[in-house]
Amino acid sequence: MKIHPKFILMAHKVLFITCLSIAATSIQAGEDYSHFLRPAEVPQPDNNRITTARVELGKMLFFDPRLSGSNWISCGTCHNPALGWSDGLPTAVGHGMGVLERATPTILNTAYQPLQLWDGRARTLEQQALGPLKATGEMNQDLDEVIRELSVLKGYRDAFEDAYPGEGITKETLAKALATYERTIVSTEAPFDRWVKGETHAMSKTAQKGFEVFLNKGRCVLCHSGFNFTDNGFHNLGLKGDHDPGRYGIRKIKILKGAFKTPTLRDVELTAPYMHNGMYKTLKEVIDHYDRGGDTKDNLDPNMQPLHLNPSEKASLVSFLKSLTGEPAPVTLPRLPIE
Amino acid sequence: MHKPLTQKRLHAAIIVTAILAAATAQAAEVTVNQHDKAFVVEGNKIETITINVGDTLRFKNDDPFFHNIFSLSDLKTFDLGSFPKGKSKTVTFDRAGMAEVECAIHPEMYIEVTVK
Ligand SMILES: [Cu+2]
Repeated sequence: MKIHPKFILMAHKVLFITCLSIAATSIQAGEDYSHFLRPAEVPQPDNNRITTARVELGKMLFFDPRLSGSNWISCGTCHNPALGWSDGLPTAVGHGMGVLERATPTILNTAYQPLQLWDGRARTLEQQALGPLKATGEMNQDLDEVIRELSVLKGYRDAFEDAYPGEGITKETLAKALATYERTIVSTEAPFDRWVKGETHAMSKTAQKGFEVFLNKGRCVLCHSGFNFTDNGFHNLGLKGDHDPGRYGIRKIKILKGAFKTPTLRDVELTAPYMHNGMYKTLKEVIDHYDRGGDTKDNLDPNMQPLHLNPSEKASLVSFLKSLTGEPAPVTLPRLPIE
Repeated sequence: MHKPLTQKRLHAAIIVTAILAAATAQAAEVTVNQHDKAFVVEGNKIETITINVGDTLRFKNDDPFFHNIFSLSDLKTFDLGSFPKGKSKTVTFDRAGMAEVECAIHPEMYIEVTVK
């Protein structure tokens, strides 16, 4: 029997449409999206395992303004737990109220990040920890001086001895303790996670539709992938009027001009304003930016393109992003040594 | 008895033999896939690869997003630019030594290429 070529073409079309409709309806509870759940175990280096004493010491240091040159700015000043471990400002404010170039990134889930900071210039949390202390624009501290200041306080001498027996108060133990505390700052269960685990009503229908847009038409997942909703990669998003070289300052490769690390979307509702320069106040503005396919095209990331999302799709995306907000994890503040 | 070849034909024969020899004995081409943000050869994730001088690596993107393979090593400096799913780009290693090859977009993607 001879099949008419036109019929074959039609059969292909039918098959194609069937595939499309499967894709469009594939977002439902019970499907395996378990790779979107945070691994329970937090990565930690062999030479700095997480212990209670180390976490407690790290927390004291994190909230102690005496770590700064002015004795007035702590890590927690900018990485404020009440503001999603960020500061609610477009860009950070540092030593002497100086306004910095880049936004304070949240430190949520940094334990899982292979590279730290907007431009990835530090690999580990231990390497990163002392950077802001030393930076003149940030905490403007002399490291030898801070070691001397901490060493005269019995409370710190004891806490360091408990955490790192025999290692003393050094730049290394200071960095290790801060890194250990940061490793405890991880995302908590969000409505999205409960939905992934099979709780059908944990996430609204609108948010579910938003997840579908996130995975398909919105192209969000191309970069915001995995449980932490980041590819740990670097992208130029074509922000209007932004001239920060970003990752290019670290790696002289053309595509990295103006590229910044993909931030997590966990608790993103809590970390406005958005982007590395804080130029957008709301998630709606961010989605509009992506919908336009970016503004400045000179070195635009090739994954970026106009999305043609309708208002309902945009609203559903916002709803989905808000379903990534975890249960509150109240922070108890430490009592700092005064002698 | 063979008919003597013309000079032109002889040249062509030599060139073809040379190309064949290069393709079989000397210069191999190995395809390195970019899959799930990892370098993969024949289905296995790799962190190192050893090749011979003159060999070519073909970097082929299997992911639904772009990759941008480069090296700033002394042995071989190159930037293949970004390329999407299904596309590939090649690099020939013409000296012995070691090169660190990375994806600019995804720095977790990193292999050491040893050229013997
Ligand atoms: Cu890549």
